[in-house]
Amino acid sequence: MAETSKLTLRVWRGDPSGGKLVDYQVPREPGMVVLDALHYIQANAAPDLAVRWNCKAAKCGSCSAEVNGRPRLTCKTRLNEFEGQDSITVQPMKAFPIIKDLVTNVSWNYEVAKKIPPLQTAETGSEPWIMHQVDIERVQEFRKCIECFLCQDVCHVLREHHKKNEFAGPRFMVKIASLEMHPKDTGDRLKFIKEEAGIGYCNITKCCTEVCPEDIKITDNSIIPLKERIADRYYDPARWLFRKITGK
Amino acid sequence: MSSATLTSRLPWWLSPLTVAVVLGGFGIYSLWVAFSNSSYLVEPYLSPYYSPLLVFNWWPFSPAILILWIPLGFRATCYYYRKAYYRAFFWDPAACAIPERRGDKYRGETKFPFVMQNLHRFFWYLALIIWAILAYDALKAFDFNGQFGIRLGSLIFLLNAALLGLYSFSCHSFRHLIGGRLDCYSCSFSARTRHKAWEGVSLINRHHMLWAWLSLFSVALTDLYVRLLSWGVLTDMRFF
Repeated sequence: MAETSKLTLRVWRGDPSGGKLVDYQVPREPGMVVLDALHYIQANAAPDLAVRWNCKAAKCGSCSAEVNGRPRLTCKTRLNEFEGQDSITVQPMKAFPIIKDLVTNVSWNYEVAKKIPPLQTAETGSEPWIMHQVDIERVQEFRKCIECFLCQDVCHVLREHHKKNEFAGPRFMVKIASLEMHPKDTGDRLKFIKEEAGIGYCNITKCCTEVCPEDIKITDNSIIPLKERIADRYYDPARWLFRKITGK
Repeated sequence: MSSATLTSRLPWWLSPLTVAVVLGGFGIYSLWVAFSNSSYLVEPYLSPYYSPLLVFNWWPFSPAILILWIPLGFRATCYYYRKAYYRAFFWDPAACAIPERRGDKYRGETKFPFVMQNLHRFFWYLALIIWAILAYDALKAFDFNGQFGIRLGSLIFLLNAALLGLYSFSCHSFRHLIGGRLDCYSCSFSARTRHKAWEGVSLINRHHMLWAWLSLFSVALTDLYVRLLSWGVLTDMRFF
């Protein structure tokens, strides 16, 4: 029987005070993903290795990390992608504060979520809503989001420019778009989108779309349409004049 | 090896470098063409850089300058090209998850000059007029002294107009204006019609990057073809 080949996993180990990359040898097995390799390390070499995970099916969004510098779900990243390489590096998400090893504190995201004005609907009495597929299918794409926060991690506005106070990030542009485009919503979030969510900080370089494990077209289908709605309201002199005259 | 794996193994700087070289090369060629003020007309072909041909006594410079600010503004504010040149020329970011230098001074598109990107739709309105004129030029490219004919130049002009049309009508702003701005598509006949139009635009919008590049090349190549005919380097191949 052929000997199982080995792979060196260079895993960041540390806490908020600092850390370093530590090398571990793991066997390459068919079908193995990076999360399997991390579990192998926990079981055989470092039982104190902190890794957040839950479903191992790319649906809970817990196991986000950076594999060879690229934000990815470790449960969806197969080792055979790295054939020909002797080692791969696994680091925590750079955009969020470290708790321990590969686990980061993503609670800032939940604080942002609380600020978003929720769905608002007109009074419809006791009649049930009738939702037509044609109205809801655009929003359904946004509902695929598993909140892995990889898009937040890769977004250079948050990651490199540290604009967490000014910019809500791509995940919440998706969330806002799902409310703004909802056929039953009567809320007006444009001022919020411009001034508090800071959509102008996005320069649409599409990294969020590139890393999304759910293949949500974040930039094309949520951020750009929201930017166009902002242009309708704030940057279109013809519409501004029309509103002034008609009061609409 | 899958294409995704192959792409992930390419060095991160390859894509912005390629864009910088190609866009930079196109910019240099366009500047030369715009200021050359010659070799742009070989009947029935008029270089797309000079169409519509606006010649005035009060304007001593190349007539191309009176036109080119429109397609330049349209492409400079285009959602695809913004991604391309922010990455290639401003390194903001050069590639995904690559360290940057600018730190906390970054303002994105909230301040001048980049807040002007919000005027994209106005450049689209103007670019649509230019496209209609170029489409007319493409039809004229089949008219040889009143006789219908098909030559290599006719097909090049037709292809250029088609690619520019695909680029213009796959525009994100147009996608918004045609139906994206609506929330309820089932609410009226008009909304249902606009939803159909929005679906059609969305279909070609998915390949907006492709149309952006192909139409960029086709404009330059169409101009080059007219120039080569003008210089006598080529003869216009006749099919019909």
